[in-house]
Amino acid sequence: MPPLLDVRELSVVFQRKGTRPVTAVDGVSFTVEPGQTVGLVGESGCGKSVTSLAIMGLLPRRGNKVTGEVRFEDTDLLQLRPRDLRDWRGRDIGMIFQDPLSSLNPVIPLGVQVAEVLERHQGRTRQAALKQARELLDAVGIPDPARRLKEFPHQLSGGMRQRALIAIALACKPRLLIADEPTTALDVTIQAQILTLLKELVDDSGTALVMITHDLGVVAGLCDTVNVLYAGKVVERAYRHDLFAEPRHPYTHGLLQSVPRLDVDRGERLHQIRGSVSDNIPWPEGCAFAPRCDRVVDDCIGETVPLEPTFRAGALRCANPVPKEVAV
Amino acid sequence: MTEALVEIDDLKVHFPIKSGLLFDRTVGYVYAVDGVSLTIKRGETYGLVGESGCGKSTLGRGLLRLVEPTSGGITFDGTDVRALKGEQMRQFRRRMQMVFQDPMSSLDPRQSVESLLVEGLKAHGLGASAGERLRSTLDSVGLPASALTKYPHEFSGGQRQRIGIARALVLGPDLIVADEPVSALDVSIQAQVVNLLGDLQDQLGLTYLVIAHDLAVIRHISDTIGVMYLGALVEEAEAGQLYERPLHPYTRALLSAVPIPDPQVEDRRERMLLAGDLPSPANPPSGCRFRTRCPWSQPRCAEERPALRVFDDSGQRVACHFAEEILSGSLLPHEVRPELVRPDADTAAGVEAELIPTRNDIPTP
Repeated sequence: MPPLLDVRELSVVFQRKGTRPVTAVDGVSFTVEPGQTVGLVGESGCGKSVTSLAIMGLLPRRGNKVTGEVRFEDTDLLQLRPRDLRDWRGRDIGMIFQDPLSSLNPVIPLGVQVAEVLERHQGRTRQAALKQARELLDAVGIPDPARRLKEFPHQLSGGMRQRALIAIALACKPRLLIADEPTTALDVTIQAQILTLLKELVDDSGTALVMITHDLGVVAGLCDTVNVLYAGKVVERAYRHDLFAEPRHPYTHGLLQSVPRLDVDRGERLHQIRGSVSDNIPWPEGCAFAPRCDRVVDDCIGETVPLEPTFRAGALRCANPVPKEVAV
Repeated sequence: MTEALVEIDDLKVHFPIKSGLLFDRTVGYVYAVDGVSLTIKRGETYGLVGESGCGKSTLGRGLLRLVEPTSGGITFDGTDVRALKGEQMRQFRRRMQMVFQDPMSSLDPRQSVESLLVEGLKAHGLGASAGERLRSTLDSVGLPASALTKYPHEFSGGQRQRIGIARALVLGPDLIVADEPVSALDVSIQAQVVNLLGDLQDQLGLTYLVIAHDLAVIRHISDTIGVMYLGALVEEAEAGQLYERPLHPYTRALLSAVPIPDPQVEDRRERMLLAGDLPSPANPPSGCRFRTRCPWSQPRCAEERPALRVFDDSGQRVACHFAEEILSGSLLPHEVRPELVRPDADTAAGVEAELIPTRNDIPTP
């Protein structure tokens, strides 16, 4: 059975006249099976959001070059004309954005915003769509949905706005849902509510989920497989249990050790990764993480380190990985 | 037992809600901080946690009198801070400095690092000996002396936060109030700044009030932790103790909501999901502030506001009528009744302008 989503060698280069081109996403490949939850993890600037925008065809038309393939079942989404892609967006692929306030239209009542997805894709009348919108709001746990339909986004709290956004994304029962940092703008107690809701909806409807986040804790509880991105490339991929039990890439390993955890004793010092995200070398000249890496060897510099498959569908891009017994 | 450096006694910061075309009439108050008492010991780190809107930043600012408290007392090293006037207060600020959350917006982009750091020294008449002092301060936060001539945009996020810390340090303060010092930074950079704060404390004997929403970070750096909810402290304990034995239902919920980067733990862990959102601080619930979301709430909670009381010999303080019963398990959680707090007739009477809408979810089924 072919995967639901197959991203192959996706690259996004931003270039404006007179500036140096910036490669935001550099040959990212991953697959999503039906019903699976896949995580894309990385820090700011690693290309995780640009990846999701490229998949959805939401990048600005000018100033960038997208190459590679994004196969959704048998269709290459990158080859579709914008007007054809519009049929897919919202119907087959739903998306949840990070900031629910700026993703909702402030001057249109919530009900209309949910209903318009149904009108566009399922040819419902406004009346029928609004009725269904009420059921959708109810399903995502918004209290008193009949009243909320007439309210505007500013009248809702952050958590409820994010619920409304989830309702919009799931309105047409898409087979794939892309969530770009859906809980980053929320408080922890609200984050727990939203994550639980997402998990339930995904389990019930069999929707596949691509979860983009910087929070390793969120990934640990939600994703089946995890892709760790650094400077536009996947550096490590593994099933979540494998990844957290035995991170092999020094970056993943360092990240996991640098986060203070609630469930272990308070150590004296945190492990720190030196330098910052901007201290990297371009991929063609070696491993981008090499300048910050504690395990750097000669092989790291010179040419791109390939992404080698490891066991159980995992993959690793490292010349000198963390040995298994040292891993946390 | 070390002596107390800061004592805050029943501090209140209320912001008036003004309305009216010609004359500003006060139509209500936002009870940002509503009666907080706490003690920060010399050389320790006091961590304040809470969700956004709980008043933790306002408390920090109120302590430095960056916002004027409505009432209550602040004693800093034996001095009554609230009695200080104008010039005296300005001079006194040398001893308490602040580190802000967003290092980009708290550093003037048109000032070089040198002028950013010298500004404070000049204001306190220490400009003459600046050179040496600047270099040693930069050195202690891990920046090279060449940074002096650069501008904030030339630095990465983590380095900017180091400049922010250097600006606070250069005056040699006793207390540093750090408001969300790491939340704007990437995960791999957070550890650097957390370690730096720890090192500086060891070297210089600083006292910190660290304000953050990240419980894991707070637990790591704090000696004592206070948990705030809707303008009041609901629990206070030594860091290990708080995580070992959270007494207040809100603390329990907060702790159970934090994702842990370990699938083994995540799969097995029991979660306590809170219903709904934080009520509006302009119209807080009667009695216990947390009762609208509390799975253990009782009729008494609506009538009487629980005071922060010492729970047992460990010094743990909790503001809950039923902490003992919840801990022993004799009081069982129930489904939280949905409750919408709407402006009463008496507060809403004669008010033309809109009231701050109270946001209160009904729990998910």
